[in-house]
Amino acid sequence: MPNLLRLVGGATVTAILGFLLLPAVVVTLAAFNSRAILSFPPEDWSWRWFIKAIAYDDFQAGVRNGLIVTAWASSIALVVGAAFAFALDRYEFRLKRTLETVLLSPLVVPHFTIGLGFLILAAQLGFARGYAVVVACHVVLVLPFVLRSVYISLRNLDPRLELAAASLGAPPDRVLITVTLPLLLPGLVSGWMFAAILSFNEFTASLFVTVQRTQTLPVALYNYVREYADPSMAAISVMYIVATATVLTLANAFLGLAKVLNVEHPR
Amino acid sequence: MVSAPAAKTTSGTHGGGQVAVELASVTKRFGKITALDDVSLTVRRGELLTLLGPSGCGKTTLLHLVAGFLMPDSGEIAIDGRRVTDVVAYRREIGIMFQNYALFPHMTVAGNVGYGLRMRRIAKPEMTRRMADALALVKLAGLEDRKPRQLSGGQQQRVALARALVIRPRVLLLDEPFSALDRNLRGSMQVELKEIQRKLGVTTIFVTHDQSEALSLSDRIAVMAEGRIRQLDTPHEVYRHPADRFVASFIGDANVLRARLERIEGSVATVVLGAARVAVPTRTLEGSAVGGAVDLFVRPEDVRVAAPDAVTAAHGIVAAQIYQGGHIDLYVDAPEVSSGRILLRVPSHEAASPPPPGTRIGIALAGDVAIAFRSA
Repeated sequence: MPNLLRLVGGATVTAILGFLLLPAVVVTLAAFNSRAILSFPPEDWSWRWFIKAIAYDDFQAGVRNGLIVTAWASSIALVVGAAFAFALDRYEFRLKRTLETVLLSPLVVPHFTIGLGFLILAAQLGFARGYAVVVACHVVLVLPFVLRSVYISLRNLDPRLELAAASLGAPPDRVLITVTLPLLLPGLVSGWMFAAILSFNEFTASLFVTVQRTQTLPVALYNYVREYADPSMAAISVMYIVATATVLTLANAFLGLAKVLNVEHPR
Repeated sequence: MVSAPAAKTTSGTHGGGQVAVELASVTKRFGKITALDDVSLTVRRGELLTLLGPSGCGKTTLLHLVAGFLMPDSGEIAIDGRRVTDVVAYRREIGIMFQNYALFPHMTVAGNVGYGLRMRRIAKPEMTRRMADALALVKLAGLEDRKPRQLSGGQQQRVALARALVIRPRVLLLDEPFSALDRNLRGSMQVELKEIQRKLGVTTIFVTHDQSEALSLSDRIAVMAEGRIRQLDTPHEVYRHPADRFVASFIGDANVLRARLERIEGSVATVVLGAARVAVPTRTLEGSAVGGAVDLFVRPEDVRVAAPDAVTAAHGIVAAQIYQGGHIDLYVDAPEVSSGRILLRVPSHEAASPPPPGTRIGIALAGDVAIAFRSA
């Protein structure tokens, strides 16, 4: 009887894991299909859709635009988010809770609302819909994640380390550079990476605020799928997964390093 | 162990006479809580002064005020004769060692110990020499390239001490430095710290809630409670002549016995307990009426098993006998004089073995070191 239970349990877990991976597996197999329709399972194997996807102008532009937007948005969000995280961690002030709520509010506002808001705002203020609007929109979207990441790192930072540095003659700026920032680095880097992945994949809000010239990869994919249904999108998806997995692996290696640095000091 | 008052000054680099740290009427509040209430304190040069008290008594607040991590709401603080009340921590030249050592985890031992020297822009040759001296002082030479996490608790503590001492601080502050160590290591580190402190003659303020640690290490102890210093004196005086009921019960073990105040003659009062008469100081009996009940505090080593012909203070039944190596603790039930058990501490090398549990014994008081307080 226990053997049967174990068998059923094992099968259930396998089925759930398989279900989680199913979309990625199906898309990956479809990407290698040599035929010009999205079908599963493939009959002949081929790299042709990868080559076509890479060569496609809109996708190339989408990657380029996406990287520009992501780099700016994540970096700005990191600086702004870190500053607010410091304020929330270190200082007591009126409306602190309100500030926290506002800063985390993009988590509860739908992305299309944020996108629409920026679209209306840009139109009202007469901005051309350039990169600035897209970047601003993405900053708002990823800020809560960066804020959270840096805030948690700050909470885990033992304040006595900074006091010790001060007692040894380090003025506040030196304490920041020699003690606080090095110990926060894993939190800053992981916050930035998280923001970058979110921003690069973001579709809903981007659809509102981008134009042909600034469209990011998800928007380019959407525009493509409205007209064609060949496996080059599946090929893009595979490259997406591989790229993101690589970034996450690197991030994990970095966070593994954080453990080596022994930065976990519960307060 | 009674230590010589104020060790000789060997540093000699700072001026300012015999007073190293002075607090004058210092008050510190956190919101509605008064952490330190009008505290004045003088720390002599070269002495090891302990701030002893239960958690929340204000001892850590006082330490942080001296360090410059906190600023007082009122009052003045001076170090080596210089007013530092509003001087920031990084200009005070103090060394501090925290309970968890607070070593910089991303730096090596050399990086940690050299931190204060780098901040002072000390030239390379001198820096190398001073770091080597400091590491030799704490017996850590050869571990310069290790990271803190690769060191044992005792080694981490030595690094923290070297880091604090290498800058030649005017005052060394120790914030519960031994509480993270296991018992055996704690003992040897305490002896070593005391030796280093004597050798360097560095003025030291030591914070602890452990009264035995305070008694064994200090030149003087400031016993604190509720934001005030209750008594400031040598370990012997604090133990033998506590200023008030709180000090008497916080320092060392004490038996509280119900006695009767017989008479007061000037500074000496007589208290009756069973057939025994005990002389106690009058100063702690304020508010007690002659003929009324008082609480007599007696140390365990001052209570004896009565000899057949002794003047017996009380009778009781031995409840437990606990062998402690050097001495034996006897717990005695004597309900007519004490609500709790009476503790007798008998040297274990005494010829007669102490009475076993269940024996009815007489209890006598030895010496004239008892103290009585108004009945609580």
